[in-house]
Amino acid sequence: MHLDHPTTYPHRHTYGAASPLRPDGTRRALRIGLGGPVGSGKTATVAALCRALREEVSIAVVTNDIYTREDAEFLLRQAVLPPERITAVETGACPHTAIRDDISANLEAVEDLEDGTGPLDLVLVESGGDNLTATFSKGLVDAQIFVIDVAGGDDIPRKGGPGVTTADLLVVNKTDLAPYVGADLAGMARDAKAQRGDLPVAFTSLAAEDGVAPVRDWVRERLAAWTATATAP
Amino acid sequence: MTATTDVADVADVAVGAAGRAALLVLADGRFPAGGHAHSGGAEAAVKAGRVTDVPSLEAFCRGRLHTAGLAAAALAAAAAAGADPLELDEAADARTPSLALRAAARRLGRQMMRAARATWPSPALDTLASARPRGAHQPVVLGLAARAAGLGPLDAAYAAAYEAVSGPATAVVRLLSLDPFHATAVLARLAPELDVVAVAGAEAGRRASDEGLDVLPAPSAPLLDITAEQHAAWPVRLFAT
Repeated sequence: MHLDHPTTYPHRHTYGAASPLRPDGTRRALRIGLGGPVGSGKTATVAALCRALREEVSIAVVTNDIYTREDAEFLLRQAVLPPERITAVETGACPHTAIRDDISANLEAVEDLEDGTGPLDLVLVESGGDNLTATFSKGLVDAQIFVIDVAGGDDIPRKGGPGVTTADLLVVNKTDLAPYVGADLAGMARDAKAQRGDLPVAFTSLAAEDGVAPVRDWVRERLAAWTATATAP
Repeated sequence: MTATTDVADVADVAVGAAGRAALLVLADGRFPAGGHAHSGGAEAAVKAGRVTDVPSLEAFCRGRLHTAGLAAAALAAAAAAGADPLELDEAADARTPSLALRAAARRLGRQMMRAARATWPSPALDTLASARPRGAHQPVVLGLAARAAGLGPLDAAYAAAYEAVSGPATAVVRLLSLDPFHATAVLARLAPELDVVAVAGAEAGRRASDEGLDVLPAPSAPLLDITAEQHAAWPVRLFAT
């Protein structure tokens, strides 16, 4: 198929997120980025999403570790996916650079996963733990989840920042710890609403049975919308 | 042309259709082609205690400039001058004894290709991308990207030589919390030598495209090769190389 010209659609060659199609014309996987501070539960959320969705959709994961392959190895140990579906990207001490300013290594990882494992429905790109300003490039992902936790301070939604205010889904994790750290969940919800308007917020406790359900349901909606859009004429 | 070279001597091969601005775009440390994740051997040198401060950073960068930097500059210049990229890719392999560094060069070449095809689309880049889908050596792709940008061999040599020192200098700022002003001053002090290496690389690249690739220089830094192999085996590291 020769539907386009590289000058007109260079993103087909970059594997950027601007095109819903792969270079061979088939639909590519939906890409969702997960960012957030260190220790908020990004990797645990990715693991839980893989367990919750792997029977219904074909998934792969790209991790962006600050040092080497720690997060990828956690996912491998947890056996949430076969090893060939998990790739680690090295970020040279700058995790936000790899997901925002220079996405070339992550695009390569996504491309190799789609080439190597056959058609995928969903690629989760997990950022290395960073700060409240970390956001994913639109050239890399279709949607992004920002994961914070109640123990990191219940004033984080009030403080805002690009991750909290603009992410397509804000996840407030570890709600089970709220009583122990004196976190005001209702206040966090109010602050998040003030910062985010109509953008959704999910409160999760991954320690609970099916604790990832609100995030899983949101991902399912995105997948349904993606499939509908990408197959529309 | 005589054996002595200076900027005027290579002016005939230095001139591309584009001016200086395109070179600034290509040589910008923020050009999104993956360089930020590499220290060019600096992380291993810091761990070994060989780079500890500003003078040792300068010595490290000077050594890298005249070895890996010159080799990269010549390869990039030859590609920009129109030498066959696949043959250049083999010549780059032959000049890179470390398996880890060959792998890194191809990975960076693939990332450079991704960025270059989006910024300066060209049939020559498409052809090389098809022939080397896993990546050609980065200096070769850099040279071809320079050509696609309308730049000449000297420009390509400058970009490659500068990258050989700017990468480690930036990395050491992160690794040692070195004062960024001092690290940038190191680069400024190396500028006259960068000029010399870029001109030598451009001249070698021009000769290679006329006389064959065997005239390309093959300077080596054995310690960079050895420590790159060791670094690749570290379980915990901040940089890919």
